[in-house]
Amino acid sequence: MSDAVPVVRLERLRKLYQLADQPTVALAGVDLTIERGEFVAIMGASGSGKSTLLHLIGLLDRPTSGRYWFEGNDVARLDADALADLRSRRLGFVFQSYNLLPRTSAIENVELPMLYAGVPDDERRERARSALAIVGIAELAQHESNQMSGGQQQRVAIARALVNDPGLILADEPTGALDTTSSHEITQLFRRLNAEHGMTILMVTHEPDVGRAAQRIVTMRDGAIVSDAPVAEALPV
Amino acid sequence: MSLRTLLRIAWEALVRNRVRSALTILGVIIGVAAVVVTVSIGAGARASVQASITGLGSNLIIVIPGNVTLSGVRTGTGAASTLTPDDGLAIAKLPHVAAVSPGVGIRTQVIAGENNWSTTILGAAPTYTYIRQWSLSAGSFFTDTDVAQSAKVCVLGQTVVDNVFPGASPIGKTVLIRNVPFTVIGVLSVRGQSASGQDQDDTIILPYTSAMQRLTGTIFVSAIAVSADDADTIAPVETEITRLLEQRHRIVGDEQDDFNVRSLQDIANAAAATTAVMEYLLAGVAAVSLLVGGIGIMNIMLVSVTERTREIGLRIAVGARGSAILEQFLIEAVVLASVGGAIGIALGVAGAAAVATFGHWPMLVPLDAVLLAFAFSALTGVFFGYYPASKAAHLNPIEALRFE
Repeated sequence: MSDAVPVVRLERLRKLYQLADQPTVALAGVDLTIERGEFVAIMGASGSGKSTLLHLIGLLDRPTSGRYWFEGNDVARLDADALADLRSRRLGFVFQSYNLLPRTSAIENVELPMLYAGVPDDERRERARSALAIVGIAELAQHESNQMSGGQQQRVAIARALVNDPGLILADEPTGALDTTSSHEITQLFRRLNAEHGMTILMVTHEPDVGRAAQRIVTMRDGAIVSDAPVAEALPV
Repeated sequence: MSLRTLLRIAWEALVRNRVRSALTILGVIIGVAAVVVTVSIGAGARASVQASITGLGSNLIIVIPGNVTLSGVRTGTGAASTLTPDDGLAIAKLPHVAAVSPGVGIRTQVIAGENNWSTTILGAAPTYTYIRQWSLSAGSFFTDTDVAQSAKVCVLGQTVVDNVFPGASPIGKTVLIRNVPFTVIGVLSVRGQSASGQDQDDTIILPYTSAMQRLTGTIFVSAIAVSADDADTIAPVETEITRLLEQRHRIVGDEQDDFNVRSLQDIANAAAATTAVMEYLLAGVAAVSLLVGGIGIMNIMLVSVTERTREIGLRIAVGARGSAILEQFLIEAVVLASVGGAIGIALGVAGAAAVATFGHWPMLVPLDAVLLAFAFSALTGVFFGYYPASKAAHLNPIEALRFE
């Protein structure tokens, strides 16, 4: 795996926020490398900086200092439009609250990233269908988001994240709003995407059960990585 | 992203919020409808005023005798006997004069069979129908030959026909005017009342030579009607007539003219100015309502941007460039405004038709005004949609995604 360019490579990544006159350190120099095909879970208490890290890796925010190569590109050199283009073609996002477009069918939600990536109409529909099939809800293509259960909505969101065949799927507490059963199903879905479809996945969670689906656990505290270990070491059963 | 895709995204977003979209465009609908209705009211009123002025005569100039002073008593204008048919012939030779008709008017009793009627007899030239824009409903008008021969022929107004020949065609019949038998050769079309309330159809028109030789026995005419060849030449022709008649009547220096030259130009100008002022007023009101409509769009678009903050955050997260977000909201605003504009035009045309029906004037919807109103409404969308759209495009995606 190490012969290829890593999907993510971070060097001393820092992020400071100015909160009420007081500079707050969100990330205090993070080094992290994620290789193609890995399934990594970032764990830690709230305020540990895991969401900030996810946003930086997801190119939604820029670091205060430090360097970040995404698939070999030094993102500091890219302008806002180039970052947007990378997000639409190489990154897939899954959020805790699904964030589907209201009153819009599942398939149209899945097509959304392809609109911005400039995929032609026919191909767009075709790829959206197969993405829905991969997450196991092909039959719900025409259902509107508000007619679906939480688990189903999160599947649509996952289909939306993988439809452009991204280099990295970023999941921010993807099971945080789900009941135990749905949570387990979604966790297994991520595991399957990684194992069967070779998707590289970075997931933020604070639930050990969910974290166990990953191969590698990165634990954070106070804006720094305190441990980075295979799942068996980090979360022994 | 293609324009088609952008339009589709915008359309879907608007359809998703049907009621709000409909309420938003209400302002534009009213604004555009108001523009269309007012412009067409203005155009219709102008046409109506113009038609009634033209009805008085085609670029009409009237020459009437001046006043005379007899033993210190000054008569009113028109009482003098100074104008002759030859003055008319001389005027006809001036440039930009389209037609000339000397006129002799008397009021007298006419008799036909057992009916009699008091009416106005007018001696005129064959050009009179052109000058007054008056057609015949039956028969024909007299000719230059009739004038040359002082022929005993006449043309009746409808009121005379109704009173002297009730229920019968008068063509070929005879009327006695001051005991001279005249053969009826035509009937004038119905004209109704004049602006001053006179029944214009209560008249008999016959060759002016016949009137002068057979009825009045004078060599003077009571008026000369002149038609200029264009509305713009009325004023120069008036000047030329004055100069010509002063020359012919040997009036020099400060001596008072023994004739008056009058045109309807002043009336026409006043009427045009009035309608123009009215049009500006209406257009101003319409523009204000369109402006208010535009502010309504901006208002709702701002609400919409706030309400859809998460959606915008998501779109940015999945790879929408700032420009794509800006375009999406701008296009939404333009689509809103344009749909409003189209509906407004439809309503406006319907309203204009209704007003035209009640106002009894021609329905005129100037196409350029309609296109302008539509273009302006779309521009309203761009102008008032820009601020909310740029606000959306500059949202921070992380905060937007957390927005509740």
